[in-house]
Amino acid sequence: MSEYILCFVLFCIGLYCVLRKRNIIKIIIGLGIIEYAVNLFFVLIGYRAHGRAPILAKDQAILNMVDPLPQALVLTSIVIGLAVTALLVAIAIRIYEKYGTFDITKIRRLRG
Amino acid sequence: MELQLLLLFMVFAAVVAVQIEDLLSSVIAVGAVGLGLSMAFLILKAPDLAITQLVVEILCLIILIRATINKDLPLIRDGRWLFNTISTLLFIGIFLICAYFAFKDLPKFGQPTMRVAQEYIDKGLEKTGAANIVASIILDFRGYDTLGEATILFTAVMGVLAVMRKVGRIKNEKS
Repeated sequence: MSEYILCFVLFCIGLYCVLRKRNIIKIIIGLGIIEYAVNLFFVLIGYRAHGRAPILAKDQAILNMVDPLPQALVLTSIVIGLAVTALLVAIAIRIYEKYGTFDITKIRRLRG
Repeated sequence: MELQLLLLFMVFAAVVAVQIEDLLSSVIAVGAVGLGLSMAFLILKAPDLAITQLVVEILCLIILIRATINKDLPLIRDGRWLFNTISTLLFIGIFLICAYFAFKDLPKFGQPTMRVAQEYIDKGLEKTGAANIVASIILDFRGYDTLGEATILFTAVMGVLAVMRKVGRIKNEKS
């Protein structure tokens, strides 16, 4: 059970970073930490004690496999996380070029 | 036991990434979190995820360093400090209350409920011919998920290109 609690702690750190920090790069980092925590949580739910990786072997009957379904979903989610991070960083770089700052409270002027 | 140690390391690295002032050090600390997550996947018997997480983490680091290099900005702490902190703690409290109620219904660690997945494990080889069950799920049983993932990737790449493009912008400013 302590694994779940540590995973929740990781999520809370990411949530704190997103809500409290004023730097855009810090907010992107917080979103990344939240994403790690959620991915880890899915894989933790599918783990079986003393299980084996979900790969079949020749001439062996493997009975105690870990759950392959969350792993497949998380595999999709990791790649989507990379795409989302790339898009966020691109927008942050444009904001820096236009306003010269990463501070979200300074980005209030609506120009063009 | 080693899983708890690894998770503690990840939590510690995340705290460092959130609290450190220098942006480049912060990015490197978040890289440490991601590589720790890759090792945690390896311990949790998910080798495909570990490989993917390693590659994605390094790409993520390169992108984030591109954004932060030569742009060293001090963090400013003024304004509504009390209001911001209280609202943040409120949101974290709401999350913790919801997590507490969801915690009771979770399956115990190490004993998953494999209602759907047992079917995939039993019939995966004869239905798809793939020895790796994860590959047979993402490419065969749930192929439409992967199609949607490819769509999202394509959309995100289009978005990055549209945001970072400079040719049309210069012409627009001149006219």
